[in-house]
Amino acid sequence: MISEAKCILEAEEIVKTFPGVKALSGAGLSVYSGRLVALLGENGAGKSTLMNVLSGVFQPDSGTIRVDGECVQFANTREAQARGIGIVHQELNLIPYLSVAENVFLGNEPKSWSGLVDFRKMEAETAKVLERVDLRVDPSELVSNLRVGQQQLVEIAKALASEARVLILDEPTSSLSSHEVDTLFSVVRDLKADGVGLIYITHKFEELAPICDEVVVMRDGQRVGEGQLAQMSRDRIVQLMAGRESKELFQKADTVLGEEVLRAESVSLPAQGVGRPFLVNDVSLSLKKGEVLGLFGLVGAGRTELLECLFGAHAGVATGTVFIDGEEIQFRTPADAIAARMAFAPEDRKRDGLVLPMSVLENASLPTLDKSVRGGLVDVSKETEYIKPFIDRFRVKTPSMQQAVVNLSGGNQQKVILAKWLATEPRILLLDEPTRGIDVNAKREIYTFIDELAKAGLGLIVVSSELPEILALSDRVIVLCEGRKTAEFSREEATPERVLHAALPDEVAVID
Amino acid sequence: MNPETLSANLNRFRSLLALGLMVIALSFLSEQFLTAENGFNILRQISVNLCLSIGMTLVIVSGGIDLSVGAILGLAGAVAAGLLKNGLAIPPLGVALVFTTTGAILAGVLVGGAAGWANGFVITRFRLPPFVATLGMLSIARGLTMLWTGGFPVTGLGDSFGAVGTGTFLGVPMPVWIMVAMAALFVVVTRKSRFGRHLYAVGGNERAARLTGLRVNRIKIAVYTLAGALAGVAGLIVTSRLDSAQPNAGLGYELDSIAAVVIGGTSLSGGRGTVMGTVLGCLIIGVLNNGLFLLNVSPFWQQVIKGGVILLAVAIDKMNTKESDA
Repeated sequence: MISEAKCILEAEEIVKTFPGVKALSGAGLSVYSGRLVALLGENGAGKSTLMNVLSGVFQPDSGTIRVDGECVQFANTREAQARGIGIVHQELNLIPYLSVAENVFLGNEPKSWSGLVDFRKMEAETAKVLERVDLRVDPSELVSNLRVGQQQLVEIAKALASEARVLILDEPTSSLSSHEVDTLFSVVRDLKADGVGLIYITHKFEELAPICDEVVVMRDGQRVGEGQLAQMSRDRIVQLMAGRESKELFQKADTVLGEEVLRAESVSLPAQGVGRPFLVNDVSLSLKKGEVLGLFGLVGAGRTELLECLFGAHAGVATGTVFIDGEEIQFRTPADAIAARMAFAPEDRKRDGLVLPMSVLENASLPTLDKSVRGGLVDVSKETEYIKPFIDRFRVKTPSMQQAVVNLSGGNQQKVILAKWLATEPRILLLDEPTRGIDVNAKREIYTFIDELAKAGLGLIVVSSELPEILALSDRVIVLCEGRKTAEFSREEATPERVLHAALPDEVAVID
Repeated sequence: MNPETLSANLNRFRSLLALGLMVIALSFLSEQFLTAENGFNILRQISVNLCLSIGMTLVIVSGGIDLSVGAILGLAGAVAAGLLKNGLAIPPLGVALVFTTTGAILAGVLVGGAAGWANGFVITRFRLPPFVATLGMLSIARGLTMLWTGGFPVTGLGDSFGAVGTGTFLGVPMPVWIMVAMAALFVVVTRKSRFGRHLYAVGGNERAARLTGLRVNRIKIAVYTLAGALAGVAGLIVTSRLDSAQPNAGLGYELDSIAAVVIGGTSLSGGRGTVMGTVLGCLIIGVLNNGLFLLNVSPFWQQVIKGGVILLAVAIDKMNTKESDA
């Protein structure tokens, strides 16, 4: 493709399967000396998985990786490092209370004749790599005293210290100020001049022009397009990212919308750490009976936090007003929200949704246990009698109600959560990434359930980072970006391109 | 039977097997071991540890730890003994309350419960790690005991109070009855009650429990209150048996009770464990102590051996959970 540049790293036909999900099915890219390839794709397209394969975190099921034309297999990150592949993850992996030099040489500390760490040499070497990334700090400074942008540069220095020839940067600018971004870009240009090849993951199109040479677009774990940046228009890239027509996924039934059941006005959630000041910033929405409201946004757009605010999980911190049936209410805890017949199926089922050591029955009956309690004791036959129809309705595949949920597949775990909440007879159901990590058939089943529930008169809010899913399910779509509501579309207006445009940062919902 | 309950049963069977082997071996090694008198001896000796350990089981299942139970035992015993012997003078009102045996017993349990409640309150309200909160309570309760007693034992508590620790009913010592009653009560509470269900949910996944609408803080406070009250009961047994409240009573008992809970198969990370397992754990420690004593093993070696048994029990438990995770 490029005659003068040498191909350092080449990956082809990479396949990686996790239990229940095919994360990569034919992914690949090439990295050339002194050039930067941008890797683009929606959330869940498989970008991070591919980077983890290239840096030795995961081992691929099949496919080839070549370094300098030679086939390699990395059993771990150390082996990848030894072949000159370095990665800077989106979340920084520095140890705050060690010095810059100690972080840069962590695990590779130079030793003096006595067997102790040779600090003089370590700091001198660190000063050299810091110069390459244009970072003027004392190597003995504690990392915790540096700004986020400086810490990012320390990460890059760390990769360079282990003589990386390929450097992977995973959304490196997500927490940087614009001045820090400029510094980072000039470092990137210097590295390119030194012959380092870079892979750059980003969602921000305006970052491409200053530094990028090639573009690779991924979707559904595959490489769906690539080329020189100069020859690819922004519209073409968005089209590749959005991809297939969504309607084939599932046929939504016609629904009749009832009156408004939920309204939220100016919901905001201040961030309690660094980064931008608000996780959710002045978002308003309304939901009718029988309606499926889709909430789309990239990771970090504030979708989960918005649902948690509605559910009373951030009481005392979040601001804004919530009305149910036109009446203003204050939830102090999730228990209050449940009493108002609201239900919330969280994104991370294992962390937030299920008590893993407990059985299917015990999990499903947790919010409705009072129905089967006499004199403080649980009447298990009554409990089973009440819960069983819900487990059956969602066709949970389990050998028995006594099975521990930890042994079920992701799809069946999600169905247990749905059964649990339907047993509370909710009127409002909040679903956060209801099909994450679930196989295709279970996905389709869950879509059907969502449709049935809407038909039965529930109001549903569905959060998803899968665009086709949102478009197929929703009567209306709200798009969030960096905590703000950037657009709202009716089902007819919501095309993949429009929704995606509104979700990408620094795009103020210009619909052309 | 599904694999989960099968392996759980196998685990319990394993501790039972260990206990059985120890009993058989000791009956061959020592003539005095397998006698009714020695049997009651063992049971009476473990009664205090079991009362503490039942409370500790609740706390550990809920995902916490309680280092203050030994100190609360001392405080509750001292308060009960002091009230019984000297009553309670309230100078501003110009009255002095006189306590009956029943009144003193109730006061002891209440003091234990109140100290436990304070643990739970501090842990949930100020989000202190249970380790730190109960470490503070350990010192506070120990100090209060010294203040209350002036550092001297309170002795001469009368026959009716003495019956708690030394009396018998149907030929069985009272402490054994108390221990059996507490064990039975809490087997039912943990296995059958709504509180028990909530307890396992909070310990198994606190975030999920909260997002499912459980009042997590209330449940935790209840757990520590119960652990404190049970320590109070244990304090009454100790005080009554000695006919004396020692200011240092219960020193280091929290470690024995954690050992019993752990040997009984309860996971220190919360959410898993049973009161029956803890009963077995206490029995294993009790039989071991008794057997080593009968065999004239030096007390120093006894400690070494007991430590080894704890490590072995937990190592076996870890190996099992690894198997079931894979």
